[in-house]
Formats: sequence, structure tokens, C-alpha cells
Amino acid sequence: METILSIREKISKREISAKELAQTYLKKIEEQDKDIHAFLATAPEIALKEAEEIDRKIFQKEQLPPLAGVPYSLKDAICAKGVRCTAGSRMLEQYTAAFDATVTQRLRQAGALLMGKTNMDEFGMGASTENSAFGPTKNPFDLSRVPGGSSGGSAASVAAGECVFSLGEDTGGSIRLPAAFCGVVGLKPTYGAVSRYGVIALASSLDQVGPFANTVEDAEIIFATIAGRDPFDATTVDFEYMAEGGIDCHNLRIGIPKEYFAQGLDSQIKDRIVKTLDELKHEGAQLKEISLPSVQYALAVYYIINTSEASANLARYDGIRYGYSPNKEKQNGELDLMGQYLQTRGRGFGSEVKRRIMLGTYALSAGYYDAFYLKAQKIRTLLKHDFEQAFKEVDLIAGPVSPFLPFRIGEKTADPLSMYLVDVYTVPVNLVALPAISVPVGKAQNLPIGMQLIAQHFKESVLFRTAKVIERICNPRMVS
Amino acid sequence: MISKEEVQHIAKLARIELSEEEIQKFQEELSSILDYFATLNAIDVSGIEPMTHSIVTKQTTRQDLVCKTDAATIQKLIDSAPETKDGFIRVKAIFS
Repeated sequence: METILSIREKISKREISAKELAQTYLKKIEEQDKDIHAFLATAPEIALKEAEEIDRKIFQKEQLPPLAGVPYSLKDAICAKGVRCTAGSRMLEQYTAAFDATVTQRLRQAGALLMGKTNMDEFGMGASTENSAFGPTKNPFDLSRVPGGSSGGSAASVAAGECVFSLGEDTGGSIRLPAAFCGVVGLKPTYGAVSRYGVIALASSLDQVGPFANTVEDAEIIFATIAGRDPFDATTVDFEYMAEGGIDCHNLRIGIPKEYFAQGLDSQIKDRIVKTLDELKHEGAQLKEISLPSVQYALAVYYIINTSEASANLARYDGIRYGYSPNKEKQNGELDLMGQYLQTRGRGFGSEVKRRIMLGTYALSAGYYDAFYLKAQKIRTLLKHDFEQAFKEVDLIAGPVSPFLPFRIGEKTADPLSMYLVDVYTVPVNLVALPAISVPVGKAQNLPIGMQLIAQHFKESVLFRTAKVIERICNPRMVS
Repeated sequence: MISKEEVQHIAKLARIELSEEEIQKFQEELSSILDYFATLNAIDVSGIEPMTHSIVTKQTTRQDLVCKTDAATIQKLIDSAPETKDGFIRVKAIFS
């Protein structure tokens, strides 16, 4: 298993050139990704050109940037200049980004090499990657099962060793869930910690970009690289990440919300989480049962807000400035403006996207706004109070990421509501803008289990410090 | 259960063309999800302010200046449009 530090060492000691390393990973993707389908596209030309530049710097003994030569992948909702960016949708099948997202640019400046773009549920709408217009990604631990979603391709690409790290986007669990299902580390940062400029929007009060990695330390390095204020994203905060150092949880107060261990949680997951918490107690942590009473409403609140904001955000796909247009299909004859809108969106969007846009349109329409959106925003305030209250007594909140183990492809596609239930433990965090991490804690039936840690705003350092203790205890294995 | 006409009305507001089968499918699916949303009706939120900001903080702003963009990028942006003419994006007539 390669990490950022192991690659840094190999490159700086000239055991391997950046170009050879990039070629090795590109070859691995070509050979094994046919089965997994983590990638929608690779970007060999740009990667090899940038690798040659790193090798030139090594040859001329210039100082190397911190991530020099580290191969990574990007969720296909994040723009990289000159590379196709589809968001998993037919709507953007032919769209090539004309500029870099801020996060892409920061990684480029740090010397990381983009191998390609990873598969996802269309526009981030889903929990399994089955809603991609280009076919599902398979879980590297069991190819008959889903990798989680929506950033399933990113998680699978890291778990399968096709790149060293990846960036995804988490609106209601889209980083943490696939990280848990694929046995890798995934961080959803505090809202405002990471720029969304150049990232295709789903629900703007919830979306946040974050890393996937094999180790907690790698996730921390990537987070430190991408975080911070960006003049191109008004929601970013003046914030510089400072690591706490040390790997211990002595005197750390961990809250165990009873609502996260109630009916509906798979007993194997529950056992594994409880056992890990016990081990943290042995390491000096103080466990305390807490209650977050409004969490029971979070899923319904989340889906009202998600669909409402999505219906507004996705209004931009009008077939005029970019994306699919029925006008190119000349058998249509000449459409009027309304006809063009209707056909563009009727043909360009998949089922789940249509479903959510219509739910959001309904929730925001005249006569329903107060009952749905406004009510949801008020319950969101209650939820915020719950977490504020809890954090008066504890430093960290811990629980499962998912109520189930990775499920079979096709198992939940017939009933959209059953797919939404997968998000039950992940959505509260997005609604109240908190940071949370998914860290592997072992397996059941040879399928990975993730534990979720939630900290106060901008306290990612506490997440990383504690996750490193868990990593040491659980010694996670990855797919070879 | 929402009616077929309501589904058609929402679809038109959302500018999405639906087939007959889709209308029927969405009528059932949207109804069951809206029923789930309606479980929130029972919660008393009187006196509670809606949450309008995820985090209370000063907004990051930049100066309102025209940025120079290179010709190649401008061309790429125009090339992204499905229909162009003489370096402009072609749109439908709105007034007829």
C-alpha cells in the first residue's frame, strides 16, 4: 500500500521517476478498472506531461512541491482544466472544463498528478453510484455489491489501489458512506473550510469537498492542502488547518448518541462500533451517553432541503450555454423555447434527478413553502441546538456511518425511499455544518465497516487525532 | 396521493418533459416521499427561527473587477454551447 509519505520518499530518493510512477498507475487502472469501473475517464496526457516536469525538477535539484508525483483521482463533479466533467450525467456527457476548480488548482500547485475522473451518482444524487448515467461502480471487496455513493468511484479508486488519494463531495454522506463501504478514510470538512469554486453544485447549504485516503495521516495532509479561504467562494472562511500532533485520546470526552444505536442498525456493525469504543476507553477516553432528540427528523428535513436547493441549482441546465441540447438532433425540427427546455431536461436528466427536481419544485411552490422548506429550516435550528448542547459535555460524538453493510447492486433501486434511508446517520452533520470523518474499524462477512466521528466546527484536528488512535487499534486491511 | 395533473403541473414548472409511464411512476413515488415529509407536520416549531446560515461568519468577498481572460479560454467557453454563431451563443427568440 502506497501513502503520500512512501511516494515522497521513493521520488526524492530517485527509486522511481514521477513519470514511471504515473505510467504504473495508469496501467493498473487500464487493467483492473474494467471490473470495478471506478473511473469514467483517465487523463494520461496531462498527467505524464506534469510528471515529466517533476522529473526535470528532480534532475535539476530544484525544490519539490509537497505532493510531487502523488497520483490521485477526482470525483467527476470537480473541474480540471481540459478534462471532461460529466457529474455522472448524460446532460454533461460532452462537457469539457475550461478551468480548474480551486481544489484542483491547489493540488496541481502541490505537485499531485491527476490520473482521472471518478464515477458518481448523477449530480451526487444517490447512495450507491447506481444512479450514474454510465453504469455503476463495483465495490472492490465484493464486485456484486455497491461501493456506496455518491462519491463511490473515488472511494473504490483508493481502495483498489488505482490512486493514492481522491477528492469527493459530501452533501449528506457522499464521502463518509463510500469510505465506510470501501474500507478507506473519508473526511467531510466543516462547511466553509474548503472552496467549492469549480465544483458542480447539488445543495449549496450542505455541499462540502473532502479527501479519501488509505490512512488518516494522508487524509490530513490533503485536507491541509485544499482548505482555506478562496476569493471565488463567498462561503469559505479564513481558516488555516493546524494539526494537533500526537496520537492519543487521553481524557477525550466521547459522546455516544443513543439515537445512533437504536432499531434499524445492523447488529454486526453495532458490535464492531461498541467494541472499538471500548478500546478507546482503555486508551483513556471517557465515554458518555448523550441524546440528540431531533436527529429522528433529520432525514426528512434533509430531503426537503436537498431537493429544494437542487431544483434551484439544476435550473441552469437549459441546453443553451453548455450541455445536452435536443437542437442538435435535427429530426426534431425547430423547437420553441419551452419545447427546448422541456426536451433538454426530459432527455438529459436521469430518473433520480427528475424525481428530486420535482420534489424540490413542489416543496418550494406556492402554498407549500411554509409547510415544507420553512418548516425544515426551523427543525434544522432545533437540530443545531441539540448538537450545541451535546458539545457542552463532550469533545467528540461517535457512531456508525451506515445502518447496513454494503448492499447488493440492484437491491434498493426499485424503491427510492429505501435508498434514502441509507443516509440516516450521515445527514445530520451536513444540516448543522459540522466536520465528520469515517474511519475503518474492521469487517463483517469480509465487508468493511466504518465508524463516524463528529467534532465541533473547524475542529478537524480532533477528528484526525482520534482517528489515528482507531487506525492503530483496528489496523485496517485494504484490498491488495 | 397527488394527482396525475399535479405531477404534470410540477413537471411543467420544473421544465421537464415526461412520458406517460414516467407520469404514472412519479405519481406513486412522489406521493410516498411526500407522505414521509409530512411526518414533520406533527412537530411543534412555534417560536423557532429558521436556520438561514450554515455557519455564522463573515462572507468572503473579492473586489468587483473585470478579470482578463485569455482568448483560448473564452473560445472554450463559447465552444461549450450547443449552438453558436459568429462567436456568440445562439438562443431562441423570446418575443415573436
